[in-house]
Amino acid sequence: MRRGIAATALVAALAMTASACGGDDDGRNGAGGGNGELSGTVTFWDTSNEAEKATYQALAERFEKEHPKVDVKYVNVPFGEANAKFKNAAGGNSGAPDVMRTEVAWVADFASIGYLAPLDGTAALDDASDYLPQAAASTKYEGKTYAVPQVIDTLALFYNKELLKKAGVPAPASVAELKTAATRIKEKTGATGLYLRGDDPYWFLPYLYGEGGDLVDEKNKTVTIDDEPGVKAYRILKDLVDSEAAITDASDGWNNMQNAFKSGKVAMMLNGPWAIEDVKAGARFKDPANLGVAPVPAGSAGQGSPQGGWNLSVYAGSKNLDASYAFVKYMSSAKVQQETTEKLSLLPTRTSVYEVPAVAENEMVRFFKPAVDKAVERPWIAQGNALFEPVRLQMANVLAGKTSPEKAASSTGDAYRKLLKDYK
Amino acid sequence: MAVETGQSVTKAGGTQGAPGRAHRTGHKNPRTPGRLHRALATHWYAWSMVAPVVAVIGVIIGYPLARGVWLSFTDANEANVERTIGVNHIPATYEHVGLANYRAILSDGVFWDRLGWTVVWTVSCVALSFALGLALAVMLNRTFKGRTLYRTALVLPWAVPAFVSVFTWRLLFNERSGLFNELLTGAGFDGISWLNDPTWAKISVIAVNVWVGVPFMLIALLGGLQSIPGDLYEAAEMDGASPWQRFRHITLPGLRSVSSTVVLLSTIWTFNMFPVIFLLTRGGPGDATEILVTYAYRLSFVISPRDYSTSAAWGVLILLLLTLVTAAYRRALRKQGDTW
Repeated sequence: MRRGIAATALVAALAMTASACGGDDDGRNGAGGGNGELSGTVTFWDTSNEAEKATYQALAERFEKEHPKVDVKYVNVPFGEANAKFKNAAGGNSGAPDVMRTEVAWVADFASIGYLAPLDGTAALDDASDYLPQAAASTKYEGKTYAVPQVIDTLALFYNKELLKKAGVPAPASVAELKTAATRIKEKTGATGLYLRGDDPYWFLPYLYGEGGDLVDEKNKTVTIDDEPGVKAYRILKDLVDSEAAITDASDGWNNMQNAFKSGKVAMMLNGPWAIEDVKAGARFKDPANLGVAPVPAGSAGQGSPQGGWNLSVYAGSKNLDASYAFVKYMSSAKVQQETTEKLSLLPTRTSVYEVPAVAENEMVRFFKPAVDKAVERPWIAQGNALFEPVRLQMANVLAGKTSPEKAASSTGDAYRKLLKDYK
Repeated sequence: MAVETGQSVTKAGGTQGAPGRAHRTGHKNPRTPGRLHRALATHWYAWSMVAPVVAVIGVIIGYPLARGVWLSFTDANEANVERTIGVNHIPATYEHVGLANYRAILSDGVFWDRLGWTVVWTVSCVALSFALGLALAVMLNRTFKGRTLYRTALVLPWAVPAFVSVFTWRLLFNERSGLFNELLTGAGFDGISWLNDPTWAKISVIAVNVWVGVPFMLIALLGGLQSIPGDLYEAAEMDGASPWQRFRHITLPGLRSVSSTVVLLSTIWTFNMFPVIFLLTRGGPGDATEILVTYAYRLSFVISPRDYSTSAAWGVLILLLLTLVTAAYRRALRKQGDTW
């Protein structure tokens, strides 16, 4: 058991070394001399997944070609760790990256604590009117801009065309159809209908929006999760799993979901454009045409899916702000966005990029762009990210049968009122 | 503790440090020096030897402890503590709130739920690993072929870094692709949601912690067993004592001093065993396997904004609980006649 202590110390030491590798000692000598040429080191924390990171690394390092005196340090930080790691580094004033790929809900959170540099009037915010308005909305906090949109996305229903065809069912358009389709799929193919993320609250949102609900009502400063739609959403989760239409896990959900879908053990899942490259690497999707994409199943109030995506933010304590601004401008430029779409089928945030034929003709963009346009914007408040934790807890309680959907919804609401002092 | 060390060193210095003392007090100080001055002058060498240790302990234990206690009386969180980051300067806006944090924690069901489970977790882990460790130690405390091999194999869990073994267990427990469920379904049973069902998750974390903890018990108890004189057993055998009677009246009392120490140590470690729970289930499903320390971690590192003050108050409460347990335990032992 003594080992346990040693291991904790080891993990802590590793974390410190790793964040120290974020490197702020060498070469942060600020923007170069009077000739306007940029120099110094820009540390970039990228949060893209395994299938995407090589592309991002190549793109980031290409910045050095345009600015030979700038050294870009690319660091891939897994999405699940990035938030805590950045906060540790930024709060401790050491090891924070100059630029980070930040989830849309993190921007207001980080900005409210003073970790991010305002970007209005800097080189980073280039041709701002070109950004999709809903993408730009996620970069603002109290009237200032703290990030630049890089990628926009939303959830959709991914399905295995072959399995659905064998079962003789079309892609389900509603939760009710999903259930019947799942039963047919099980009978005819042996595969489970749906993989339901029971460990990630982001995946809860389509069911909540589908019933016409929301987590909070930002305009009227009211907590709405404990209204009837919230209860129904929890009930749907439980029903899907209890009726064996879906399987779920309380941990390791992402890996289990991807493995189950890629190997054909599960016929459908909710997922976003970021999963496309990874799915195509799966055994059952050697022929990418086998991957079908449809809008998320509708609840009683219609289809609703959260708007998500990634922004680029600059650390307020960066010693090399000018080079960082230039790097952000480059990484969200039309050219770079076009490349990430062509290579990874990710959705650009610039309207001009959608006019490029190669982007406009991309099958995934064709599907996801209208979906993104209709996606539900989340409240871009400082506590936006914190709203997820109570849902995560209650999802697990409901799925384990520890709590009723009614109790889960009211507990979530109570937690929100603690978090949002001025909300009713 | 520093005082005790100082005193013992002082005594040592007093009897042995004669040359230095004579030199210092004899010639250069005509008037009678004060008590403190005399002590410093006499034992300056001892004091300077102790000083680095005191300083280091003060910095790495004393300061964080004092700061933690102080924070627990404020409402400090990530958003209102002072910091300067580049162009942004954020002033400190947190306030003293007295005992409000403690009142809030103790009146909330979350603390008592977590405490209940922490006690169950600690008691079952310590009891199981002690029982298993003792059984294995007794088995290994006799000469047989391949004893070294068995000892090595049994100590192995201790030699593997905890996070490696916990991650391995996590793979074994995986509901869809783990070895345990493959074996169960292969034998015609239903698979078990090891880490997804609250009850099974609790059983799983206890099982892993026992696995990690047994080698320590085994080694300590084996050492204890080997210090029991063999003639006691011979004499008992002569008197016709059964194996159980020998175990009960010779082995257990003989192990008393070792076992009371390992049980206390193991209780403290298990109570605060962060890595096994955090790495295996992250406290899940939901918060089913969350013990006090993992919850305090969640408050100060996972939720947003990070709640430093409540987390500090949890830390202080954990420390108080452990101090109480230790004091009660020592008292109980002393009553039984243990000089510990």
